[in-house]
Amino acid sequence: MVGAPRNYFEFFQLPEMFRLDLSMLDSHYLELQARLHPDKAAHLSDVEKRLSLQWATFANEAYQTLKRPLDRARYLLRIHGVDTREEDNTAMPAEFLLEQIEWREEMQDAVTARSEATLDRLGFRLKKEMDQLIESLGALLDVEQSHPDAAVLVRQLAFLEKLKRDLDQAHALLED
Amino acid sequence: MLLQISEPGASVKPQQRLAVGIDLGTTNSLVATVRDERTVVFGDAQGRTLLPSVVRYLDGGAVEVGYEAKARQSEDPENTFVSVKRYMGRGLDDIAEHHGAPYHFVEGEGMVQFDTRAGRISPVQVSAEILRVLRDRAVAELGGELAGAVITVPAYFDEAQRQATKDAAKLAGLEVFRLLNEPTAAAVAYGLDNAAEGVYAVYDLGGGTFDISVLKLTRGVFEVLATNGDPALGGDDFDRAVYDWLLAQSGLNGLSSSDARLLMVASRVAKEQLSEQSEAAVDTMLPNGSSVSAVLTREVFAGLTQGLVKKTLAPVRKALRDAGLAIDEIKGVVLVGGATRMPCIQEAVAEFFQQTPLTDLDPDKVVALGAAMQANLLAGNRAGGDWLLLDVIPLSLGIETLGGLCEKIVPRNTTIPVARAQEFTTWKDGQTAMSVHVVQGERELVSECRSLARFELRGIPPMAAGAARIRVTYQVDADGLLNVTASEQTSGVEARIEVKPSYGLSDAEVARMIEDSYLHARDDLEARRLREQKVEASRLIEATESALAEDGGLLNEEELEVLVKGLQVLKGAMDGSDWQAIKHAADALNEASTEFAGRRMDYQLRAALTGQKLDSLGV
Repeated sequence: MVGAPRNYFEFFQLPEMFRLDLSMLDSHYLELQARLHPDKAAHLSDVEKRLSLQWATFANEAYQTLKRPLDRARYLLRIHGVDTREEDNTAMPAEFLLEQIEWREEMQDAVTARSEATLDRLGFRLKKEMDQLIESLGALLDVEQSHPDAAVLVRQLAFLEKLKRDLDQAHALLED
Repeated sequence: MLLQISEPGASVKPQQRLAVGIDLGTTNSLVATVRDERTVVFGDAQGRTLLPSVVRYLDGGAVEVGYEAKARQSEDPENTFVSVKRYMGRGLDDIAEHHGAPYHFVEGEGMVQFDTRAGRISPVQVSAEILRVLRDRAVAELGGELAGAVITVPAYFDEAQRQATKDAAKLAGLEVFRLLNEPTAAAVAYGLDNAAEGVYAVYDLGGGTFDISVLKLTRGVFEVLATNGDPALGGDDFDRAVYDWLLAQSGLNGLSSSDARLLMVASRVAKEQLSEQSEAAVDTMLPNGSSVSAVLTREVFAGLTQGLVKKTLAPVRKALRDAGLAIDEIKGVVLVGGATRMPCIQEAVAEFFQQTPLTDLDPDKVVALGAAMQANLLAGNRAGGDWLLLDVIPLSLGIETLGGLCEKIVPRNTTIPVARAQEFTTWKDGQTAMSVHVVQGERELVSECRSLARFELRGIPPMAAGAARIRVTYQVDADGLLNVTASEQTSGVEARIEVKPSYGLSDAEVARMIEDSYLHARDDLEARRLREQKVEASRLIEATESALAEDGGLLNEEELEVLVKGLQVLKGAMDGSDWQAIKHAADALNEASTEFAGRRMDYQLRAALTGQKLDSLGV
C-alpha cells in the first residue's frame, strides 16, 4: 500500500506527543472518515468496498487509541519501544496499593448503604486523581522524555480506570 | 482520452440510482424513497402507506400480506403471523414470553420455525414476504429495478437478529446497501430536516422492541455515542397488559386461539383509543359466545403498564452512563415508534429528561424517511447532500476462556467498523487444534451470553504448551455484522479459518429457499438471476466509469486500456442474456481494478487532510 502510515499520529498528521490537541484529532478523524467510511463506497465495486472497510476500521482504531489518555500513553511508549507489561508487572508503591484498598472498601460500603451520593463523591475524587496522573504523564512523556517512569504511571492509571468502571457498575447496581 | 470511454451519444448526466429505505417493523412496515430531493412514503392502491406486518399462508401456496391478512388473523390464527419480528434469529428457549401465541413452534437450526398449512416456515421467510410486497410496491412506483435498499433494524438487535434480517432481504430479492439502526435513521431524518446540532436522545418504542440511542449531531456528522434497549419490549406488551386485565375482569380463561386473538385485537384498539381520549369501552362478543365488556380508564391503564414504562428507563440510564452524559446535557428527545403516542410514555420521558419530548414528526414514518435518505446517500446520489454517520455495536463481543468465562474482545458502544485481535496459546504439549467459541453479551459467564459460533482451528504445528501464538481477530462491518478469523503466528505454517457465525441460515439454505419460492412459479429463477446480474453489472460499470473520470490520471496508458477493455467486455455481455457470462465479465473487471482502487484510496487519504474540509460537505 502506497500510503501506509508509519503510526497513528502520522495517519492523523499530528505531532507524536501525549498532550495532543484533541479538537484537531476530532476534526482530522472526521475528515478522514468522510472519505473512507464504507457508506461512501456502498455503490462502488467490491474491491473499493473492501478497501474502504479496511481503512475505516484502521481510522477507528487509530482514533480510539489516541483519544483516550491511557491508550494514548501506552501507544506512545510502544512507539518508543517501552512495554508497559501490565499483565506481569504488578509492582506498585505500597501507598498506592493501600489507597486502592481504601477506595474499594469505601465503594463497597456505599453499595451496602445504597448511597448514590457517596458513589458520586467517590467518582468526583477519582476523577481529580486521574486528572493529576494524566497531568504528570504529560510532563514525563512530552517534557522529560522519561519513559520508564511514565510506564509506572500508566500502570497506575490502568488501576484507576478499572476502579472507574467498577464505580459505574456499582451505580448500575443501585439503579436496578 | 477519457471521452473515449463513454459511447457516443451516451448521457453524461449522472443517472439517479433507484434506492429505497424500508422500515421492517413489528406491527407495520413501510417503504420510502427520495424523489426530486423530497422524501416520499409509497402507499398501496388505496393510498395506505403502512403495511401491517401480518402474513397469512393459504391453501395452494398463496400468501396474503398486510390488511387482508390482518383482517383474518382471528379466523386463522395458526397460519397468520403477526409480530414475526419477535422471532427473528431467536431459538425456542429465547421466546419464553410467547405464551398465548397460537403458532405451532418447532425448533429449527438456530432459529424457531412454524408449522403451517404451507409447510414449515421460518421467520425469515415470513419477513421476506413482507419485504417482497414493499419491494414490488417501490418498483411499480419508480418504474425500474432498485439499485439497493437500506433496511432498518432495532439498534439493540444482536448478531443473529441482524443476520436473519439480511437473509430475509436477500430472499426478497433486495440488494442490501446497509442495515441501519432504527433510532439512527430517525435521527438522520430529524437532524437533516431541522438542521439540529447538539446531543440528542432517540427514544424508540416500537411494537415489539425498545431502543434508546444517544447521538451527537454536528454539521454533517451523526455520531452515535451509546445505545441500549430491550429487544423484547414494545407496544405488544401493553396490549397484553390490557388483555390480561380484561380476562381478569370478565373471569374468562382457557380461550381458544381464535378467541384469544380477537380479544387481543380489542385490547389493542382500547389502548390506542386511550391515546386520544380519557377512557375506552370494550364490548366484544367472542366466537365462543361469551361477551367481554369493560371500561378502561387512563388511570387504570397507567397502573397496569407502570412496570413496562419503568422497564424502558433502565436502558436509558445505562445509555447515558455509557455516553458519559448527564440528563441536562441532552438537548432534545426524539420520540419514535407508534407506542410513543401513549400519554403515559410521553409523561414518563418528559419527567425523566426534564423536558418536553419532540413529537413534531410522525413516529410511524420517521424511521422509513431516514432510511430513504440514507439509501439515497449510499446509492451515490450526491444531489441529496452529504453527511457522515458513525454508529456503534450495541452488545459486547467476546470469546470463551478457561472456566466458562467470557473475555470481551470488542466492548459495546464501540464505533463500527472495528477490528480487534487477541492472542491465545496452547495449554498442552503437542496440541494441534484449538476450539474458539464466539459469544455476545455483557455477562461474565459464557452460559449467560448468546453463543454465536464455535469453530476449531486445526493444523497447529506440535509445540510445547504455551509456545503457539494463536491470534483471533473479530471484524465488525458497517452493518454491525461479525466475521471471525484465527491464525497461528509463530510457525511458518499458517493455519487459518474464516467463519461466519453459524446461527440462522447458511448461504446454501437461503439459496435453497430462493429456489423453493420459485417452484411456486411467481417468477422464473433464471430471469431473476439475469436481472440481478444486470443490476450488479450496471452498478460496477457506473462505478468504474465515474472512478476513471475522477481519478483516471492515476493510471498509465496501459493500465487504463486494460480497464477500458474490461468495461467493453462487460457491456457486451450485458447485451446478451447469459447471466453467467455477465458474472464472469464483472468478476474480471473487479479483479482488474484492484490496483486502481488501492491508488484511489491512497489518494483520498492524502487529500482528506490537505484539501477539502468537512465544512464544505454542506448538508
